[in-house]
Amino acid sequence: MSYAINALTKSLNVFHAACSPCNNCDIEILDAITPRHDVERFGIQLVGSIRHADVLLVTGAVNKKVVHRIKKLYEQAPKPVLVIAVGGCACSEIMFRDSYNTCGPLDKIIPVDLYIPGCPPKPEAMIAGVVKLIQAATKKAGG
Amino acid sequence: MTEILVSYFIFPGFLFAAAAGMIASWIDRKVTARVQWRQGPPLMQPFYEIRKLFIKETILPADGSPWLFVLAPFFYLASIVLVADILFLALMNPSLGFVGDLIVVFYLLALPAVASIMGAAASGSPFASIGASREIKLLLGYEVPLFAALLVPVIKSGSISLGDIIIYQQSYGALAGSFSGIIALIVGIMVVQAKMGLVPFDAAEAETEIAGGCQVEYSGPLLALWKLGKMIMLVVGPLFLVIMFWATGGWLILTLKYVALLTVAILIRNTNPRLRIDQAMRFFWGPMFIAALVAVIAAWMGY
Repeated sequence: MSYAINALTKSLNVFHAACSPCNNCDIEILDAITPRHDVERFGIQLVGSIRHADVLLVTGAVNKKVVHRIKKLYEQAPKPVLVIAVGGCACSEIMFRDSYNTCGPLDKIIPVDLYIPGCPPKPEAMIAGVVKLIQAATKKAGG
Repeated sequence: MTEILVSYFIFPGFLFAAAAGMIASWIDRKVTARVQWRQGPPLMQPFYEIRKLFIKETILPADGSPWLFVLAPFFYLASIVLVADILFLALMNPSLGFVGDLIVVFYLLALPAVASIMGAAASGSPFASIGASREIKLLLGYEVPLFAALLVPVIKSGSISLGDIIIYQQSYGALAGSFSGIIALIVGIMVVQAKMGLVPFDAAEAETEIAGGCQVEYSGPLLALWKLGKMIMLVVGPLFLVIMFWATGGWLILTLKYVALLTVAILIRNTNPRLRIDQAMRFFWGPMFIAALVAVIAAWMGY
């Protein structure tokens, strides 16, 4: 198991699912792959298809239109897959909490491995979060 | 028999070509990163990528042909390893090849595209079918100028064997030094760019547009085979050009020439936008085919 976690975390391919966000988090995610932060140094890449992904990265407050899509995306992902909720909306829905069209925070819909709060979170916060996720996964696997 | 198996699976076949492909893929990603003013991934990154895919789940498409879906990546990898094997053997011992291996290599280089069309058709995904149709058009587009460009070394050396072409260049100088040779080499660089599926001719897999094209439904070990095949393609493509047009010097010089041609491909990839499929076909059937014809006529006249 420890071998599998090591193999997985050395090369994380990220699929970015925007579930009705305001696009601020999405811009900050793109910041993480620009020259200043350059997460490709650690093998983290954005991919175009969920079938190629190891990480499902979700931004935004999930509303009634996308709730079926995000469930389907999670089912389509080849396991093991990690789910990251980026931004206050995906973590806890902040000010959209009792809105008429939202369907609860992301962890009520699919299991979430990592929460990165912030509106929007800084790229540094995302990198720190991913490091903590890798450490936690390695510890859980007994490595 | 054992010799053939060792040559195909270990050296200079599968294992050696895979290692070389991983290094080529690292060069690709590193140079791309430097062009974009980034640091780039570590040397082992392509290996990590392949290793990771082997622990992932493989999902077979519900509405598609599972047998063809599973077989296509093996077909792809097998044909490309065979090309790598023939090319490396021809370089190591030019007198060993068989008559007509150039034609065998020419057709084997078309097989990967056919395999990827097969895999795409078997996956039953609309994105993959768009990718497959673009791959077919691209194949129709670049085969014509490639065939014309390959006639130049054949006319110059008077032989259709890779070994004879290498020996000819080692005794009379590289073909890229002549007028017809350099034009044919430029055509070859463009065609190999399309064969490797790099920008500007990556319409068939366009990640941002059709989500990965032909390979959109592949995951896990089967995707690893596609990726490995693409890495080996990075070795085979430029190496084929080196053999046909620039095969002078010892193994170190040849390696440097290969890296130079690979870097040219990477720089073209990083400085161009993606062409639409009709633009790509027009490019190959128009300017590239005319240039290749000019090269053939020049070679015929002895330039």
